[in-house]
Amino acid sequence: MLKFSGKSVYKGIVLGPAAVLKNNDFQVKRERAEDSEAEIARVETAVEKAQEQLQKLYEKAVKEVGEASAAIFEVHQMMLEDDDYRDAVSSMIRTEQINAEYAVAVTGDNFSEMFANMDDDYMKARAADIKDISNRLVRNLAGQEDMDFGSMEPSVIIADDLSPSETVQMDKSKILAFVTVHGSTNSHTAILARMMNIPALIGVPMDLEEIHTGQTVVVDGFKAEVVFDPTEELCRETEARMKEEQEKTELLQTLKGKENVTRSGKKIHIYANIGSVGDVGYVLENDAGGIGLFRSEFLYLGRNDFPTEEEQFQAYRQVVQTMAGKKVIIRTLDIGADKQVDYLNLGREDNPAMGYRAIRICLKQKDIFKTQLRALLRAAAYGNLSIMYPMIISTEEVRQIYSIVDEVECELNDAGIPYKIPEQGIMIETPASVMISDELAEMVDFFSIGTNDLTQYTLAIDRQNEKLDDFYNPHHKAILRMIKLVVDNAHKHGKWAGICGELGADLELTQEFVRMGLDELSVAPSMVLKVRKNVREME
Amino acid sequence: MKTFSYEIKDAIGIHARPAGLLAKEAKKYESKIVIKKEGKSAEATKLMAIMGMGVKCGNVVDVEIEGADEEKAYEDIKAFFEANL
Repeated sequence: MLKFSGKSVYKGIVLGPAAVLKNNDFQVKRERAEDSEAEIARVETAVEKAQEQLQKLYEKAVKEVGEASAAIFEVHQMMLEDDDYRDAVSSMIRTEQINAEYAVAVTGDNFSEMFANMDDDYMKARAADIKDISNRLVRNLAGQEDMDFGSMEPSVIIADDLSPSETVQMDKSKILAFVTVHGSTNSHTAILARMMNIPALIGVPMDLEEIHTGQTVVVDGFKAEVVFDPTEELCRETEARMKEEQEKTELLQTLKGKENVTRSGKKIHIYANIGSVGDVGYVLENDAGGIGLFRSEFLYLGRNDFPTEEEQFQAYRQVVQTMAGKKVIIRTLDIGADKQVDYLNLGREDNPAMGYRAIRICLKQKDIFKTQLRALLRAAAYGNLSIMYPMIISTEEVRQIYSIVDEVECELNDAGIPYKIPEQGIMIETPASVMISDELAEMVDFFSIGTNDLTQYTLAIDRQNEKLDDFYNPHHKAILRMIKLVVDNAHKHGKWAGICGELGADLELTQEFVRMGLDELSVAPSMVLKVRKNVREME
Repeated sequence: MKTFSYEIKDAIGIHARPAGLLAKEAKKYESKIVIKKEGKSAEATKLMAIMGMGVKCGNVVDVEIEGADEEKAYEDIKAFFEANL
C-alpha cells in the first residue's frame, strides 16, 4: 500500500486502475555514440513505430471527427518520410557521433524554426507539426508509450500536470479520476474534474517512477487521499462508499424538472458552463435551464491552426439547435494568460494574467475576431444565442466591438448570408468594469460576473500560484460587495446580471446570491441540481 | 528534359497534404523532378523543401522533369497538379 495526501478539487470516491501519463517535455541529453549505424537503425525503428501510431490515430480521428480533421495525422506520416529531415538526422549522428534522441530533437528544432520564420501564417503553423513528429520520435526512442485512449479501460489518470490541450484530447468516458503532482485548485484539470463530476486530487507528492499503469488505486476526494495497491479491506470499504455516493446522486436526480424557486416564490435561472460541443450532453443530463458560458477557446486549443468560420459556425449551430430554444451564451475567444496556442505566436510575457489576452487580442487582431463574429451571427439565426465579451475594462472597448459587429453585419448582408444580431453582454471580471458598471449597463444587454479573474485581480492573487492558495479567500467581502454593486447597476438600467465563475457554484453562497437579486447562476453541469436544491430549501 | 508551367489554384497554395502526396507521387519515377519558383527550387520528392518554398495561390511554378521515364512522369505529374493544386 502506498498512500499520499493532496488537495481535493472535487469530492467523490473511486476505485480503479491507474493510467500514468509521463511528462512529454522531458530533457533530451546529448551523449556520445561511437556506433553511428546502430543509432541510425534506432531512428528507423522509431519511425516505423511512429507510422503505426499515426495510422491508428488517423483511423480513430476519421471515425470521431471526420476525414478533413484527421488529415493532419496523414501529413505527420508524410513528414516523417521526408528525405531532408531524415538525412539531417543521419548526418548529424555520423558527423557529431551523438545519440539518436539528441539528433532528432535538434533537427526537429531546426526545421520547425525554418517554418516559424516563413511569412505565411499557414506555413508558420506547420512548425508545431514538426515539433510534434520530432517529440513522437524522441518518445519512441526513449521507449515511452503513447497514451492510447482508444483501447484504454476506464482509468484514474495519474500525471505530473495536464495542459488544456492534453485534456481536450482525452476520451472523457474513460476517465474515473485525476491525480496530479502539480496544478492549483483553479487549474484546467480541476475545472474539468468538476465539470465531469469525478474525483480529483492535485498537489500529490508522488514519484511517477514508482507508479505504473494498471496498478489498482483508490482516490478519495473527501479525505484528499490517494492509495495505490489498497488492501482488500480498503477496496471493500471504498466500494461501499461508492454505492452510498451513487444513492445520494440519485436523490439529487429527483430534483430534475423542478423549478429553481425559493419557498417564498423567488426565482433564479440556473445555467451550465461548458467547454466543448461534447459537453452539451452533461448540460441536458443535469437539467440546466441553458448554457451560461460556452468557452469558445476550446475550439482553438489542441490544434495547429485557427478553426475556420465554417468549423466554428457548425459547432455553435449544433449547440444552439441541441439546446432547442434554451439560452446559449457564447463567450468570444479568451486566449492568452494560462491558455496558450502555439500558432498564435503570442510569445512569453512577464505577467500574462494582466497581458495580451481575450478581447485585447480580438481588438488588435481583428481578422481573428471577425471570423468568430461571422460564425456567431450566422449561428444566431438557428436558436437562442447570446454573445459575451471577456476582459472588458472600458466603454470605449464596447464601442469598438459594436463597430466591428456592424462591419460583420454589412458583410453578411452584402453576401446574402442569413444571420441574426443576438443579445450581447459582457463579462465583469476586472475591478475597472465593476466601478463603471453603471455606464456599461447602458450599453450592453447583460452582465455575467467572472468571479475567478475578478477575485484574482481584486485580491492581487495569481490563480496559478499554488503558494497563494492559503491567502485566496473567494468569500472576501470586497468581492461580495462588488457583485452587489454590479447587480444593482444592471437592474437600474433594466438589464440582467449573472455569475459564471466558480463562485456561482459555491453552495455556501447560493442563498446570499438569491437575496442580492442575481438573475442567473451559471455553474458546472454537475452542480446544477445541487444549487437547485439549495434554492428550493430557502425561505 | 520536359517542362511545364502551372498556376496554383488551391486557396492555401502548396500546403502540407498536397506537398506530401506530390512527394509520394514523384518517388515513383526515376526521373529527377524539380519545382522552381522565382529563383528558388526544390526536388518534388522533398516534402519539407517544397513547403519551404512557400508557394501561394496564384503563384506560377515551373516544373522540370529529366530522366529515363520523363515522358510518363510528365503526363502523371501534370495531371497531379491539375487535380490537386
